[in-house]
Amino acid sequence: MTILRGVFPLLLALVLPGAMMAAGDGGARVMAVPIQPNVGVAIDLTASDNPNDAGGVINLEWAMDSGGVEPDSIGVVRLDPSGEADTLAVLPAGTVFYRDTTAVNGTEYTYKIVSYLGGKVAGVSETATAVASAQWLHSGRIGMLVILSIMAALILYYIETGKKGKELYIREIGGLAAVDDAVGRATEMGKPVLYIPGIMDMDDIQTIASMVILGRVARKTAEYGTTLLVPTSRSVVMSVAQEVVKEGYLQAGRPDAYVKENIQYLTDDQFGYAAGVDGIMVREKPAAIFLLGTFYAESLILAETGRSVGAIQIAGTAMPSQIPFFVAACDYTLIGEELFAASAYLSREPKLLGSLKGQDAAKLFFIVLIVLGVIASTVGQFWPPMATVADFLRDLVTVE
Amino acid sequence: MRLVIPLAITFTAGMIMILNFFIPHQPFAFLGEHLQEWYMIVASGAIFLGTANLLHVHVRKMKLRLRNWQYSPVTIIGLVVMLILGLIYGVEEGKPFDYLFMNMVAPMGATMFSLLAFFVASAAFRAFRASNWRATLLLSSAFLVMLGQVPIGAMIWNKIPLAKVWLMAIPNTAGQRAVMIGAAMGVVATSLRMIFGIERSYLGGAD
Repeated sequence: MTILRGVFPLLLALVLPGAMMAAGDGGARVMAVPIQPNVGVAIDLTASDNPNDAGGVINLEWAMDSGGVEPDSIGVVRLDPSGEADTLAVLPAGTVFYRDTTAVNGTEYTYKIVSYLGGKVAGVSETATAVASAQWLHSGRIGMLVILSIMAALILYYIETGKKGKELYIREIGGLAAVDDAVGRATEMGKPVLYIPGIMDMDDIQTIASMVILGRVARKTAEYGTTLLVPTSRSVVMSVAQEVVKEGYLQAGRPDAYVKENIQYLTDDQFGYAAGVDGIMVREKPAAIFLLGTFYAESLILAETGRSVGAIQIAGTAMPSQIPFFVAACDYTLIGEELFAASAYLSREPKLLGSLKGQDAAKLFFIVLIVLGVIASTVGQFWPPMATVADFLRDLVTVE
Repeated sequence: MRLVIPLAITFTAGMIMILNFFIPHQPFAFLGEHLQEWYMIVASGAIFLGTANLLHVHVRKMKLRLRNWQYSPVTIIGLVVMLILGLIYGVEEGKPFDYLFMNMVAPMGATMFSLLAFFVASAAFRAFRASNWRATLLLSSAFLVMLGQVPIGAMIWNKIPLAKVWLMAIPNTAGQRAVMIGAAMGVVATSLRMIFGIERSYLGGAD
C-alpha cells in the first residue's frame, strides 16, 4: 500500500498530464507532488520556446521548494503528444534551468521535473507545455535593422549625388595625405617600404581595409621603383596581400618589379610576429613604415622599434586601446573610422567619396540621436513621459 | 567576367551574413553557420600555404646567399624540429614538443611582451613632454591617474583617487566610445561598399 501511495501520484502525473492542465502562459500546470514527505520539489515550472532562433529549442525554468530535504538530483522528463515519456537529463540538485535542444518544431511537448532521493523518485513537479518554433525576424535586432537601413539609404543617396558630379567636401586626413610623401622619402633614401597589415585574419574588417590601402601603396612603390616588404601573421592574409600587391604592380605597368618573396608569412604567434617584424626593421632599416590593421599589445613594440630606426611611420587602427600608443610613437595616426575612409580618400572616386559623405551624414544622425537620448534620460528623471522616450531610444540602439 | 564573378560571390556571401544576423529562420541560419565553417576550412588549408612560403623564402635566401641568410637555417631547423617532434610524440603535456614550447617558445614570447614596459616608458616620456597646452593637459591627467592608482596619492589628498576614477569613467570612456562609434560606422559603410560592389580596389580594379 505504501508503494502504491508513492507511485500512484507519479503515474497520474505521467499518464494524465492533460487532465491536470490549467490555462497559462507556457502551458499547463498542476500541483507539485512530493511523493516522500519533506522532499524538495520543483515549483513554478515554465516551458517556453527559445526566442529568436531557428527553432528546435525549448527553455525550462523552475524554482526549488526550499521547505523540505534537498533531493540528490533532479530529472527532466518530456512527454510527446502520444504520451511517451522520455527522461532528457538528470541534473544536480539546485539546477533551475534546462534547455531542450531536441524538440521538433510545431510539436507540443509536456515537461515535468522529477526529484530523486536515494536513487528513487521522491517528488514530481507541476507540468508545463510548450511548442518550439522558428522566427523570421530577430526581435532584439529590429532597432539595428532600422539604423542599418537609414545608414544604407544615406550612403546610397550620397553615392548618387557623387555620381552626378556634385563637388563633395572631405576634410583633409593628415595620415593619408602623407602616404605619397612616405613612399617618396623611401625612394629618395633608397630604402624599402615596410607594410604591416596587423595580426588578425581576413575575416577582420580592419585587415580588409588594410588590404585596400596596401593596393594603393603597392601601386605607388611600383611607380617609384621602391621595394615593398609585407610580413604577415596569417597565411590567408599573405595570399591576399600577394594578389593585391601583384595587381598594384600590374596597374602601375611594372609587373616585372613584383617580387613574390617580399610578401612573406612569418608566424601566427603574436609576439613571435612582433619579434620577426622588429628583426626586419632593424636589418632592413625601412624609410617608411605603414602599420594599418588590427593590433593588440604588439603595437607599441613595433612602433617604437620603427621609430628607433628613423622611419616615417603612418599607423591606423580601430582598436581604441592601441590608438594612444600609435599617437605617441608614430608620425601620423589614422584614428578609428579614418582607416576605413582611406580607400575613398586616396582614390578620390566620386562614388567612394559619396559613400564617405553618407557615412558622415549617418554620423550626424547618431549624434542627434545621442543628444536626444541624453536630454530625454535627464528630463525623464523629473518628467516620466520623457523616460519613456529615453527607454524607446535605448531599445532602438540595443542589439541582442 | 574576372570582375563580375568575385563581385557576385562577395554580394551573395555578404547578403547571406546580413540576413543571417536579422533572420534566425532557416535557411539563413544554416547558410550563415556553414559560410563561417567554410572560412575555417579555407584558413586551415592556408596554413600549408604559409608553411610553404616560409620554407621557400628561407631556402631561396640560403641558396642565393642573400643578406643575413645565416638566420634562415635557424628558422628552418626550428620549424622542422617542432614539426617532427609533434608528429612523432604528439603535443600533449610532458612530450618533447610541449617541453620545447614551454621552455623556449613561451619564454621568448614573454620576453618580447616584457619589452613593452620599456617601450611604454620611452613613448610616455615623449608624449608627456609639456610642449603645448594639449600635451600639458595630457601630462596633468596622466600624472593624476598614476597618483590616484598608488597609496601615496590618497595620503597626499584623499580626493585624488576619486579624481582618478572620474577621469577614467567620464572623459576617458567618452573618448573611447566616440572612437568606437565612429569605427563601427566605418565598418558598416565599408561592408556596404564591398557588398554592393562600390569598393572594388581589393579586386585590383578600382578604376
